[in-house]
Amino acid sequence: MNAPADFSQAGELVCPAGTPAALRTAVDAGADTVYCGFQDATNARNFPGLNFTLPELEASVAYAHARGAKVLLALNTYPPAGKFDLWRAAAANAARLQVDACIVADMGVARHIATEHPGLRLHLSVQAAASSPEAIRYYCQHFGVKRVVLPRILTIPEIRAIKQEIPCEIETFIFGNHGLMVEGRCSLTSWLTGESTNMDGVCSPAGKVTYEEDANGGLRSCLGGFTIDRFAPDETAGYPTICKGRYAAPHRPEGYYAFEEPVSLNLARLLPDLMGAGVHAFKIEGRQRSKSYVRKVVGAFRAAVDAVRAGATPDLADLVALTEGQKETQGAFQTKKWR
Amino acid sequence: MTDISAPRPRAAFSALLPTAPLRALLQPVLQRVVRRIAARHPGMFARIAPYQQADFLIVASELPFALHLRPDPQAPLFRAVPRDPLPAHDARIEGPFMLLLSLVDGETDGDAAFFSRDLVISGNTEAVVSLRNALDDVEGSIAQDTADLFGPPGRMLLDALRQRSAP
Repeated sequence: MNAPADFSQAGELVCPAGTPAALRTAVDAGADTVYCGFQDATNARNFPGLNFTLPELEASVAYAHARGAKVLLALNTYPPAGKFDLWRAAAANAARLQVDACIVADMGVARHIATEHPGLRLHLSVQAAASSPEAIRYYCQHFGVKRVVLPRILTIPEIRAIKQEIPCEIETFIFGNHGLMVEGRCSLTSWLTGESTNMDGVCSPAGKVTYEEDANGGLRSCLGGFTIDRFAPDETAGYPTICKGRYAAPHRPEGYYAFEEPVSLNLARLLPDLMGAGVHAFKIEGRQRSKSYVRKVVGAFRAAVDAVRAGATPDLADLVALTEGQKETQGAFQTKKWR
Repeated sequence: MTDISAPRPRAAFSALLPTAPLRALLQPVLQRVVRRIAARHPGMFARIAPYQQADFLIVASELPFALHLRPDPQAPLFRAVPRDPLPAHDARIEGPFMLLLSLVDGETDGDAAFFSRDLVISGNTEAVVSLRNALDDVEGSIAQDTADLFGPPGRMLLDALRQRSAP
């Protein structure tokens, strides 16, 4: 086993990679750390054609380490009863391939790694939905978790208060999907498709998604045969996720976004405040996105983080074209009145 | 900035040459292109394994014909087919030619193109996602590989197309 990686520098930029090409792109664009997953249900982006084989991960770890970057492996789904062997094998491979940490959500997976692979660093996934000091301290105390990825439901003052009461690093999302459900507990996809976001790693599985364009250029997106949204010809679109669907209700018969509209998180302007609150690492969402997205978003945030570290005002690149629905929000980080 | 999403009338192309002879003219070229890509990037077929026998139609808004792709590593198929009516297929991907070129070139994000409504997909979404991910893992540029196949004229044409789509 090599010496543990150095995670000590605050302002670490943690970037997504769905393929080896995307990983190399992220490293070359300035990622401090890249996170990825295997081609199976052990991670929450178990999408067709995405993710890494064992040889691909081995080569990717070597590529990243040779350039001073770290690699995290997402093992952030919940093993169903009787299927733990898949997660056990993934953990063993993570240790063998010398990834720098595993991102876990399930306590059984955390305990297994802490017991069987004590040299493997543990990060607590957002899928664990740990949002209180008590919950976070529990994972630190019992499984040796070194970092928590906070849910996207906390204000910056709340993050600052949590930081003062926990013994581990904090990582927050700064760009990408704006997930609002209680992560790791959301069963909306299971309800419509029979496949689980949390156990199969598929939120809105592509095999159950259809798009239909009508004669006027309108677009209907469906999941499991249910209409999630209808977009007018001149309207931007979003992912076919239930939490961002548009629904008719007795009080809103015209249809409205009951939970959240298609929109992406962008906290570029809050980076100084987040660092001041004690956030150690900044996470970019989007393992399912292309290497073009990775190159543009990682490059923009590399420059922004470096500027903030140097005490300068970041020159923020316009990333709105890459956002869902081509709309951005600071969500709860700015105020809990955003909805 | 040139708008790569702006459609251009395909009538102009159709007027130049009836589509059937044009398609016949293109067949050996397209077949050569797909064989070259298959030979240079064998790894991409693993990512699309469940859909190697699937029939994809790629419809560039401005062209008077569509492109039919079957990513079978043993016998890859890439040919021009009529647009009206389109032949039977598993999935359809439609957008302006420059956008499709930019996607293949790894310069544009497919999700963003979908959000903006410049890219339209229909049929088997899982097959489309698999194809997108397989293409995105290709190191380098498929468009450049294709242009290289035709030597200096191919490279000049690609350079001209890229300049049209450059910001």
